[in-house]
Amino acid sequence: MAETTGMNITQSKHPLPDGVTLPIYMDNHATTPLDPRVLEAMMPYFTNIFGNAASRNHSFGWEAEQGVEKAREQIARLIGATAKEIVFTSGATESTNLAIKGVAEMYRERGNHIITQVTEHKATLDTCKRLEKSGFRVTFLPVMADGLIDLEDLKRAMDDQTILVSIMYANNEIGVIQPIPEIGKLCHEKGILFHCDAVQAVGKIPVNVLSDNIDLMSISGHKLYGPKGVGALYVRRRNPRVQLAEQINGGGHERGMRSGTLNVPGIVGMGKACEICAEEMQSEALRDQELRDHLLNRLQSALDYVRVNGNMEHHLPGNLNMSFIYVEGESLLMGINDVAVSSGSACTSATLEPSYVLKALGLGDDVAHSSIRFGIGRFNTRAEVDYVADKIIEVVQKLRELSPLYEMVKEGIDLSKIEWAAH
Amino acid sequence: MSYSEKVVDHYEHPRNVGTLDKNSSEVGTGLVGAPECGDVMRLQIKVNPQTQVIEDAKFKTFGCGSAIASSSLATEWVKGKTVSEALTISNTDIVKELSLPPVKIHCSVLAEDAIRAAIGDWKAKNGAATEAVVAAAV
Repeated sequence: MAETTGMNITQSKHPLPDGVTLPIYMDNHATTPLDPRVLEAMMPYFTNIFGNAASRNHSFGWEAEQGVEKAREQIARLIGATAKEIVFTSGATESTNLAIKGVAEMYRERGNHIITQVTEHKATLDTCKRLEKSGFRVTFLPVMADGLIDLEDLKRAMDDQTILVSIMYANNEIGVIQPIPEIGKLCHEKGILFHCDAVQAVGKIPVNVLSDNIDLMSISGHKLYGPKGVGALYVRRRNPRVQLAEQINGGGHERGMRSGTLNVPGIVGMGKACEICAEEMQSEALRDQELRDHLLNRLQSALDYVRVNGNMEHHLPGNLNMSFIYVEGESLLMGINDVAVSSGSACTSATLEPSYVLKALGLGDDVAHSSIRFGIGRFNTRAEVDYVADKIIEVVQKLRELSPLYEMVKEGIDLSKIEWAAH
Repeated sequence: MSYSEKVVDHYEHPRNVGTLDKNSSEVGTGLVGAPECGDVMRLQIKVNPQTQVIEDAKFKTFGCGSAIASSSLATEWVKGKTVSEALTISNTDIVKELSLPPVKIHCSVLAEDAIRAAIGDWKAKNGAATEAVVAAAV
């Protein structure tokens, strides 16, 4: 065995290529940078146009209201809705709370059953668990090994008490896109409302609430190159007209569904961000996917024992979730500390539990601990992708020289036959 | 999370990485942890049968930066010590030396376990011989 003492893990031997400045941001599922064009649209609303959009009797209020109504149109256009169907919130977590709790409370007389699935965002899961405590029955559907739900499972779970199905459009960790139009159709056939958390999908892939049969849809500003602290809930007004029990009271803003003075600059920014997405989404999706595939090809051709997590056919263009088996995710992140990505390892958390999404796919904890999520977005370049690929390959190879598991597997030892002392 | 300078140093320049012949009677091997917990350490020692001094130590670790640093440090510390001296190394010494935060204390525990397991393996291989040497020394 070669002596490997003295190796240097974090300092790359590669010179920095042209057009790459460190650190590199490649975690666009967590949040996206603000597009400069969005900031430009927002600026006047921080200075001269400071009015309260609810002030009906002077020009300050009217100007602010005009900005808000334009944004409502821009958002509605991106998702095939009408402006009146857009309710502004503080973000997608609030949108999801309003949708699920609002439906549960409003339709309590009709039934007490809600269906969701296990890889949803915590905004959905925690809201549903809260409702369980107040007497609702919640079915958490499993997912298949590729992250998709089985429509037969969904059909079987529906009963005459089911009032709401809440399934996300695209997953934030593994990028898997659920069969949304089919889910919506099943719901409508049974007269069940369909809420969709479309935070990761809107602005990245075509989303249309009519052809997708969606009744309620959560959207976030900061996931589509808009500002943080603003989101929206689409609430269908026709076929069926969805009613919600409001969750925040105090003035009856947003057609009574969400009281509170509107975040005018944020809303204007989210509107502009949606307008840009509507214009550029098609070419951007192709570009992001090309970069993603380039990254995937480079990693797959240079490294053995890698696993791509999630169905790659029904997949967000900029997402790649990979496990570098026999390398622990956090140590990998430490070696690429000039690149911002996420790990499915939760070694820093008190519970030491890896990602619940990856576990739901049936991945062993060891494989989940070895996973990295890459989120490629609008401002990433090919040079950055190449830098990240070089760095990952280099660090994975070095950490594998350090890994007793990799050595054992290379010697032909079956790791599953070893009696590990769990701690 | 941010790591202490010493953890980063061990991570970037791990000491004594490698493998000793586990079949040699002079070598003790400790394999602790579990893949599903996110860390596995293998620590090996090579003991001089006459002096009982640990003349060489090697490790390989699958785990976070703190786990790598803890095991790297453990190999540094056991080298040159006698077997009984090495057994006095405790996880709290490792925590202190590497300034490990509370969530990483388990890494130091694992390193201590690895030292004990390696010594235990060596003792099991050399049980009778060891006692004879100790008796002769007395």
